[in-house]
This record gives sequence, structure tokens and C-alpha cells, in this order.
Amino acid sequence: MTKIIIDGQEIDVPGEYSLLQACEAAGVEVPRFCFHERLSIAGNCRMCLVEVKGGPPKPVASCAQQVRDQRPGPNGEPPVVITNSPMVKKAREGVMEFLLLNHPLDCPICDQGGECDLQDQAMGYGIDEARTREYRRGVTDKYMGPLVKTQMTRCIHCTRCIRFSAEVAGVDEIGAIGRGEDMEITTYLEKAVTSELSANIIDLCPVGALTSKPYAFNARPWELRKTESIDAMDALGANIRIDSRGAEVLRVLPRVNDDVNEEWISDKTRFVVDGLGRQRLDKPYVRRDGKLKPATWQEAFDAIADRIKTTKPEAMAAIVGDLVSVEPVKALKDLMTSLGVASLDCRQDGAKIGGARASYLFNSTIAGIEEADAILLVGTNPRWEAPLINARIRKTWLRSGLPVARIGAPVDLTYDVRELGEDFSILSGLADGSHDAFQILKDAKRPLLIVGMSALSRPDGAAILAACARLAGATGMIGPEGAEGWCGFNVLHSAAARVGALDIGFLPGAGGRDVAGILDGASKGEVELVWLLGADEIDTAKLGNAFVIYQGSHGDAGAHRADVILPGAAYTEEDGIFVNLEGRVQAANRAVFPPGEARENWKIVRAVSGVLGQPLPYDDLKALRAKLVADVPHLATFDAPAGSPGADAALWGNVGAAGPIGGAPLAYAIDDFYLTNPIARASRTMAECSKLYVKRPLAVAAE
Amino acid sequence: MALRRFAAEQPASFAFTADNLVWVDKQIAKYPEGRQASAVIPMLWRAQEQEGWISEPCVRWVAERLGMPFIRVYEIVTFYTMFHMAPVGKVHVQVCGTTPCMLRGAEDLIKVCKSKIAATAKDVTADGMFSWEEVECLGACVNAPMVQIWSDTYEDLTPESLEKLLDAFARGEKPKTGPQIDRHMSAPEGGPLTLTEVKS
Repeated sequence: MTKIIIDGQEIDVPGEYSLLQACEAAGVEVPRFCFHERLSIAGNCRMCLVEVKGGPPKPVASCAQQVRDQRPGPNGEPPVVITNSPMVKKAREGVMEFLLLNHPLDCPICDQGGECDLQDQAMGYGIDEARTREYRRGVTDKYMGPLVKTQMTRCIHCTRCIRFSAEVAGVDEIGAIGRGEDMEITTYLEKAVTSELSANIIDLCPVGALTSKPYAFNARPWELRKTESIDAMDALGANIRIDSRGAEVLRVLPRVNDDVNEEWISDKTRFVVDGLGRQRLDKPYVRRDGKLKPATWQEAFDAIADRIKTTKPEAMAAIVGDLVSVEPVKALKDLMTSLGVASLDCRQDGAKIGGARASYLFNSTIAGIEEADAILLVGTNPRWEAPLINARIRKTWLRSGLPVARIGAPVDLTYDVRELGEDFSILSGLADGSHDAFQILKDAKRPLLIVGMSALSRPDGAAILAACARLAGATGMIGPEGAEGWCGFNVLHSAAARVGALDIGFLPGAGGRDVAGILDGASKGEVELVWLLGADEIDTAKLGNAFVIYQGSHGDAGAHRADVILPGAAYTEEDGIFVNLEGRVQAANRAVFPPGEARENWKIVRAVSGVLGQPLPYDDLKALRAKLVADVPHLATFDAPAGSPGADAALWGNVGAAGPIGGAPLAYAIDDFYLTNPIARASRTMAECSKLYVKRPLAVAAE
Repeated sequence: MALRRFAAEQPASFAFTADNLVWVDKQIAKYPEGRQASAVIPMLWRAQEQEGWISEPCVRWVAERLGMPFIRVYEIVTFYTMFHMAPVGKVHVQVCGTTPCMLRGAEDLIKVCKSKIAATAKDVTADGMFSWEEVECLGACVNAPMVQIWSDTYEDLTPESLEKLLDAFARGEKPKTGPQIDRHMSAPEGGPLTLTEVKS
């Protein structure tokens, strides 16, 4: 720790702090444009100028100076930094005047207006009239893809977008061409930025040069109602802020949570919201004479009750989809259990997971990736399954150059990966220590293994899981128990609902069928009634003649096949708990009401239970949550990962199932990042992204 | 300084000659593993010597050879004005217009260029032979004013001697480089004034 005096106040901060960070620690705000906590330091906007006593007789850029490099006073007093002297004020005003020389005065028509760093800081350091009569510079707008709208005349060349794409996103595609007054930010030949994180540059841009294309000219920030919530597009549980006006969700922005998403979100999380207004199920439907006809809730409930009362429990089943929160899953489980139904499953993709909690969690935690010193990826494409986990791995790789190896098909992950081949049978060899990559994992202090759904949903998924657990044990990935411990055995989920549903045990009971069994039974006529709770990723053609109840928000695959449609809320329209892949319990909040007659999902299940004459023992969300916590106590602890389970032989010995591992090459579970769920498939923005980023390369290859 | 962008018309491909390829490999080998990108400016410079200008396929070729993103090489090409982004004449006259040369008559040289070559800088004559531009200091201030044509400089010019010089180029001759008056290197005009007794 180093002492430093800031505006007369002596504080003690780590020596590697920049002066700007030290000022913040002292509670002094320093204006800045180019500096960003999570990017490298550029020092080119010059807005953060401060005065340093004993330094050069000119203001210095506080973001690019370290506390330990400052000169002490003549008698060894701590260095003195002044941020409120006339010299500093004049210097910053000068910088601001230069920035505004070429900045257009178009705030009234600029989408950044109201949340613009330049606008805010001009209030403090700007002057009220221009002192020059020169022409302002005009810059042609650049194409950067379907998500980022550009208005490059407004650019102040802070280079945050360049640094983000090069450092965090790992796609070196944005750059500054020309120099001096002619400097312009662009991509090479104005191609779209090919990153799943590209839209974060919209948030990073301190002015209105890069704004959101789908949200363009939609609203002013002060008109929006801001709801803090949790994202459901992937299993990460990114912390988001939902901005809505009236009944419409207009945009989604990231919230800072260093343990989960830092301050980034994926493009899907951000731009899927236009899908919330399309293809919505806003009233109940009942199939009559082969056609889905609008109905009242009562008619829909009666149709369901008639069928359930005449169907044997063994011939009924329920499947939970990927986007629902824990509460409706719990309600559906309680209802099904009370009916004696055992064929329950939440694993639409047929992943061979379940059992002990540690065997299906991302045990190292997301932030824990940064402590890893060797990573093995087993059948996963983190770039599409969880873009922010990929960004964490890249961050760690950039910092430490750690070895990353992969079993599975090669895809560009934005860091160097050693390919161990696509043949999964080498997992057995790895677990026995006969493969040379074993030693790298063994020698590492904090090795990490990430196994993805693509591998676990194969027919030999259980054997792969068992081999992964054996490998984890043999290479010392599983350290001591508790929050301080280390457990490098990680399962990478791609569905937001999955961990929560597994936690409450929405799995086949005694004699029950799993998803494959349910579909098989339905096509053979053995399963006569299937309840789909937002489940659209199954092969609905296999549902045969079964009576299908679809409860969900969007008219997608499940609703098309349904006999009764119960319109439910989407993830932005109900309060709910999501458990992310680390086992972190997070609360999502309702931003808007569900459209039309759609209702909160747990209430629908509760209402059906009433019609059946077996009402569930909760009448409001509070009571439901109390029941939830009573049955699954760990759901009471919010915002904390599960922690390491320790090297419990009984636990790790029973993960997965022994068996032969086939060598069949693997196709990744997600074949189109932008269209993984019903909401995304209803979104025009996502369709456009899919066409541009996913479909087009295939079309070129086919030519 | 005009906006520096790729020319509208671009060749289909770019390739170094065999000799230049050998040279390029030698340049890259100078730098330690992982620092190959350091060779980018020498490579671009050699490409310009070969082709006369930097084309878009050339930028991609260099970037791929050095393992750099395309945009990074594009940034470099647009930053340095010494890289021509559009074809120039076989004889590209760079007139120094910085203060010492300007005081000694560079503006008159530019007038000559405008009348004999093209009214606008960087316009190429119909036969593809000549083009001109004004550049910043070329470091030959003692012999101002001067012009640079590729790697040769022609100093102590007057409008008349520049015209003669251009005529010589037009005839396909190779005029004498350096001072165009009675001066050795940057020694005083008419011979040395000091150390006169030293015999070489």
C-alpha cells in the first residue's frame, strides 16, 4: 500500500493503482472518456487531467500514471495530487473545447441523449459558445453489422470499441484508419463485426457514435421504466436491466456483476427483446375438429381436466423447457406428483445428467475460471453456449497464456486451443493417465474441465460424464471442500431453466420415462397426455396421437402441435427464480405484464390443480417460495455459488455411469447461436443476425 | 491531407516477385518468434517499390503473411503518407514544401509541376509517366529547394533546372542525382571554403 494525498486528503491505496483509481478511492470523481476499468489503458482522450505536485509543470493524464511512480515531497511526504485547482479546471475545459470542435450539436436527434458521457461532462467543463468559425468535420457513417448503428461524425476517438473488440471479444476487426483530424473508426472494408459480444461497444461508446440499431429512435432514457432482472437466454444468468415503456420491453442492458457477467452481455440477450412482441400466445386455444380455436380459460381447463381424469398416471408425462423459472417447474412437479405421474423430465436434449448437485454444476464458478491454469474442453463450444464464459477463458488466456485443450470439432474460440481430436474414446485414455495431455492437467495447480451438453446428450453421455469425473479426480481437480476450496469439474449448461429444474428434481421418478422415453411412448401410443411447459426443442412429430398441453409464451414448435394452449408469461413478465450454471440463485423481476390473457406460469398450473380438485397448497408466490425453500433448502440463499463439494468418493464415484465411449464425431448442440429458443426465433433482429453470421458462410461453402 | 482510402479500382491479386519473396523472408526472420508483425512496414515499402502503390490485395497478402488482422495493416497504410494508396506515375515527383524549401522557392517548383505534369497533385499524366505531390520535410534543407523521385533526391533546384530534369526523365535518361548546381554534397557552393589544404 502506498500513501498519497488527493485534494488534501491522505489515503492509502495499492501502488499499482492509477491516479484515477486512487482519486475514486478518495471519493473524487475524475471525468474520462477513453479509460475503462475492463479495457487496457489508452490515455488518448486527455479528459482525466490532474495536477501532480513535484511532477512536470503541466497536467498529467491520471488514468495512465501509477500511484507508486509519483514523486514524494521534499521531506518524504506522500505525493500530492490536486484535482480541483484552476489549472486542472482550465486544462479540462481546453480538452473539452477541442473535443467539441468537431462534435456535432445534434443532441436533440441523438439516441445517446440523456445518457451521454460527453453531454454530462460538457455540463461541467464545456463553454457555451464556439470560439472558432471553421467548418466542422463530417465523417461518413460506417456499416458495422445489423446491431450497431453508427453516426461517425459524433466519434471522439476514445478507441474503447477498438480495444473491446481486440481484447474482450477477441475479434480484431475494428480499427482507426487515417490520422489526426482524418482519423476514423471502421471495420476492414466495413464488414459486420463477427462477435457474439459485439453490441457491448454500444454501451462502451461514451458518445452517440455507436448506438443500438434495433432500438434507434425508440425512446429517451428518462421515459423508460428500469427493472433489474436476470437473463434467460443462456445458463449464465447474466444480470440485466430491462428498460420498458408501457407494455413493451424496449431494450436490455447489462448490470455489473463481477462474479457472473462482469458488465457484458451477449448480443442475443440484448436484442432478443423484439421477439417478446411477436408470435405471442395471448389467449388460450383448444383444438376442435383438428383446428386450434380460441377459447376461454375455463374451456381450456375443462378440456385438460376431462383428459387428465380419464388418463392413467403411467400414460401421462411432463417436459420442462429451457426458459422457465423455478416456481412454475415446482408447481408442475407438485401437481404431477399429486396425480401420481412419474414421467417428468427437464432435459429436452436428453443430457445424461442429474443426481448429486455437484455433478451437474459449474463448480469452479465463473469467476474461478480466472484462477485456472489449464483447461480441458469436452464437447463444448462455449462461444455459442455461453459467450461470457468464453470471454472469461479468453481473459484468463490473455493474462496467463494458460494451455487450453479440446475434445470435439474445431471451432474458433478466440484463443489458442490444442486439438485432442474429435474422438471421445480418448477420454478413457486421459482418465487413465496414458495420454500426454493428462500430465499437463496433473501438473497444473488449478486444472479445469468443462464438459458441454453436446457431449452429455450423446447416447454414451453418462459414460462421458463418468470418465470426466474420473479424470477430474485423477488430476487433482477436486480440492478441499467449501467456498475457499477448488473444484475444477464443470458442466456447461446452455438452458437457463435446467439447473433450477434439476435442483428441484424434475426428473423421471420410479418407473418414469425420460424425454426419449416419453417421445417413444407417445409415438407408440403408450403415453397419452404430455404437458409441455415451454418445451419447444423436442421433436414434436414424435408426440404421435398424445393429447398435448402446451404452456408457454410463444407460438413455436410446441404450440403448433398442442391440443390445448395455455398462454404463459415470458421471462420478462413474471417474478421468478433462476438458478444459473454455478448453482447461483438469482431473482428475476417482472418488467411488464404478460400480453392479453396470458398469465404467470405458476398461477396457470395452480389453477389447473384447482379445477382437478386437488389444489396445490399455495395461493401466492410467497407461499410457493416458502414451499420451495422447505423442499429444497439451498434455494433460500441468493446470489452465492454452490462452492466446492470436496473430494467425496461416494459423490464422485457415482457420477454418470460406466460404459464404453464411442468415437463418433460430435456435432455441437447449438447449430445457430441466434435461434436457440422460441423468443429468439420470433425476433427479427435475431433472424437477421442468423442470416448474416450463421447462414451465409454455409451458403458460400455450398457454392 | 486528403482522406486516405483504398482506390476505387483494385487489381485482382497481389504477389511479390521471386527476388522480393526471398528478401521478405529474410526481413521476417530478423524478428524473434511472435514479433513477426514488426516486418510490416519494410514489407509494405518493398511492395510499393515493386508495384508503385499499395493495393487492397497487397494489404491482405501482407496481413496473412504476418498473421495480422487486415484492419491493423490497413491502419498502418492509411497512417503513413509515404504509402501511395492509388497508382502514381513512373516518375513520382515529391516536392518538399516545408519552411526552408518554401523560403528558397518550393512554391515555384510546384508551379512547374502544375504546368508540366498535372494541375492537381497525384494526378497521373495520360502516358502514366509523371505525377507529383507536395510532401513534408525530406531532410535536405541545406540544399533547398529539392524534390525526391523514388529514392533519389534532386537538390538546389530552380524552376528552370526542374523543367530540364523532367524533360530528361521524359526522354528516358537518368539525370544526375543530388545538387543540380556546382556543389559537392552539402558543401558550400563553388567548392570548400575551409580545410582547403586537405587533399583527398
